[in-house]
Order: sequence, then C-alpha cells, then structure tokens
Amino acid sequence: MRKSDRLLLLYVVLSGLFLLSLADTTRSPPEGAERIDRTRRMVAELGLTDPALFTEARYTRHLSQADLHSAFQDHPMALEHFPSGSLLVPPQRSQP
Amino acid sequence: MEWIRRQRYLIDFILSSLLRRKGKNFGLLLVYTLVVFMLASVMLFTHALKREVGNVLQASPEIILQRTEAGRHALIPADYLEKIGRLRGVTGRKGRLWGYFYDATVKANYTLMVADERELADTEVIVGSAIARARGVGPGDYLTFRSHDGIAYSFMIRELLDSDTELFSADLVLMSERAFRVSQGVTGGGYTDIVLSVSNPRELSKIAEKLTQRLPDTRPILKQEILRTYDAIFSWRQGILFVLLAGAIMAFVIFAWDKASGLSAEEKREIGILKAIGWETGDVLQMKFWEGAILSVTAFFTGYLLAYLHVFYASASLFEPVLKGWAVLYPAFRLAPVVDGLQIATLFFFTVFPYVVATIIPIWQASVTDPDAVMR
Repeated sequence: MRKSDRLLLLYVVLSGLFLLSLADTTRSPPEGAERIDRTRRMVAELGLTDPALFTEARYTRHLSQADLHSAFQDHPMALEHFPSGSLLVPPQRSQP
Repeated sequence: MEWIRRQRYLIDFILSSLLRRKGKNFGLLLVYTLVVFMLASVMLFTHALKREVGNVLQASPEIILQRTEAGRHALIPADYLEKIGRLRGVTGRKGRLWGYFYDATVKANYTLMVADERELADTEVIVGSAIARARGVGPGDYLTFRSHDGIAYSFMIRELLDSDTELFSADLVLMSERAFRVSQGVTGGGYTDIVLSVSNPRELSKIAEKLTQRLPDTRPILKQEILRTYDAIFSWRQGILFVLLAGAIMAFVIFAWDKASGLSAEEKREIGILKAIGWETGDVLQMKFWEGAILSVTAFFTGYLLAYLHVFYASASLFEPVLKGWAVLYPAFRLAPVVDGLQIATLFFFTVFPYVVATIIPIWQASVTDPDAVMR
C-alpha cells in the first residue's frame, strides 16, 4: 500500500471518529436525561442555588448567595487565598 | 484525475521526507496534539458544565431574600414572612434554614440544610455521597457533629443522597429543623433566608423592587442572577485556566514558528536539489502546504478526539485538581456530551490555519531563490 493511501485511510478513520463524536452528542441517552431530571427535582425540592463544585470555603460554596465582596469579608486587609477564588470572574451587575 | 495523481505523488514524497526526520516531526506532532487537546478539553468541559448547571438551576427558587446587617448576610426573623405582605404574582413563600459546618476530622466543609419534606427524626440525617466517601460511612452509621456550645451530637445516617445528583448534593447534610436549631444555635426562630415562588418570570424585577421598598434591610437574589453568575464563571474565555493555557500556546507558537520559519540547512539543500532537478516554485510550495496541512490536521483530529474522551468518558480528571483547590469534598460527576459547532470551527481555525501559513512563507522565500545559491 502506498504511503498516501495509508494516510488517507488514517484520515477516513479519524474523520469517522470525529463524526461519531458529533453523533454521540445528539443521541441523548435516557439515563442521562433521567439523571438531570432527578437532579432538577432535588434542586426544586430543597431550593438549591449552587452546584457543589467549590466546597473549600464558605463564600465559594454558594457563589450566587455570597456578598459581592465576600472574598474580603473576614477582615478589611484579608487577601483572597483560596484557589477557586482565582477561577472566578468579577460579579456581573444586574441590569436595571 | 491528473491533479489527484500528482497530489498523491507529492504526499508520498512528503511522508517519506517527514519520516526521514522522524524524531523531530513526531515531537512536533506530539506537542501540537497536546496543545489542541488542552484547548479542546477546556472548551468542551466548560461548555458542557455550563449547559448542565444552567439546565438544572432552572429549577432553583425564583427569588431568595437575604437580610443584611452591617453589610453582611444575617438571619432573617420569622415575622418577615408576614411583613412581606400580599404581593401580586407570588405563589409561595418559605423560610430556609441552612449553614455550614467545618468537620475538623476530614478538614471538609459541609452544607447543613433543613429538609422538612424528608420527614427526618431529630436524630437522623441524610448525607451526600462525597461526605460518605470522605468519612467512610454509609446508611445506618453515625456521624457526630460538635455543636455551637461544644456538645457532641450523634446522628444516624438514614440514607445517602442519590449519587447521580452529586454535582449538586456532594456536601449536603439534611436534618430536621429542631436538630439544626439546637446543634447550630439558631434558636430565636429566624431563618437563613426566605424563598419566594413566582409564576410569571416577567414580574420578578417588579416584585424584587417592592420587596426592597417594604424591607429595606434585605437583598433579593433573582434566579436570573444565579444563572448569570454561573454563566460568567464557566465562560471559557475567562478565568485563570485560559491564562495559563495562553502561556502554553505562546510557547507552542514560538516552537512552531521556529520550526517552520527557520529552515534547516538540510531542508534548504533539499529545496535546492528539487529545483535543480526541475521542480518549479509552485511544486515546492504545494509540497510544503501538504506538509503543514498533514501535521496540523492530524494534530487537530487526534487532540480533539482525545479531549472528547477525556471530558465525557474520563470525567475530565485532569481538571479535577484545578477545580478542587483545597476542598476535600469534590463531586464525582459525568457530563452529558454536548459540542458547540462554532467553538469547534474556531478551534480548527486558530490551530490549523496559523501553522499552515507559518510554513508556507519561509518556503516561498527559499524556493524563489536560485538553486545554486541555496545549495551552497
């Protein structure tokens, strides 16, 4: 087999896998939809407001509930020192 | 047909030429693939997480009313439920009781919450799966919390929260109202905040305005604000992750530019020989175009596919340390696969196109010069 044919074959395989990945996103597995449904039911029941992604500090756990300057609330000179603080963007003010 | 035959010969020739400098070219391909992999992983992960969190948070309360005291969140007295009065559009109101508990044994923060709907006895709790993992406990076991006044209270774990909901429930401890008030010292009858249900979302801002007029020491938080907070956080263009990646991309750009523009003496000789045996400038350019295209397209596909597997089938495990920070409790979750076509196109354009261009320009410069001068 010529080298160019082998390359072509490689590209056929790679683009096939690429298309497969796109098809994978459109196929919504019933267990995935059910999982989101269950989570939504629990969120509605308990009135949850935030995902449990950043559990390291009080003010990073419930970002949507924290004060706007919560990173500095412990005392006026306190510096933000939790790693997740560096992932956050400044709060977006609500539009009037 | 003739054109295709010609291109195939060219590709054969390039592949042989690439394989002659195996180490260097595979090294380049590897670094290139890694850069695409990292970029695509960040992109897929943040997009899927944003979609999932946004989707679930649609079920969160429409309005949360917090009381502030000296600018800080304070408990809201129970009579505020009455003080709110009748508000058109509000279909339900309820005081929420929740707080945090720092467990010194595993150095983790828990979120304690009262869940009346679960009808828990005062000595029972329901805990999230991440707590069960961290403490090595299960249903029927006991958890002991040191209360505000130093007394230790033991609670029996009635059940664990569904592990499928871990993204939202990893660190939750649900308990009865009495257990919460006694153990946390919230005895005055106040609540942590008040949630209001509103049936028509268009009335939300008007209701929020009325609330701040009637209760000036409160701050209403609307559902849109919660959604906007998370939308901003997960925006992939922002945040330190992207800044860190920018450094890696710059390093790659320098590497690729150096490889592509600084033609080695051997490559210059090769071009000289090709021209001497009758190749035209156009042929040399075509050949080098194919070289750049083969490397970048292979790196793009491989990097993207690996990123897809990493994010959706390996739970984005490389990002865990970044998101986890110093937290002990971290939810184990799998995201539903979702891909944004525009993002893929952007990624393709920014990774493949610059490399191909960077390869072509120096080759053009070399190939228009006299073969004799290049070979010398």
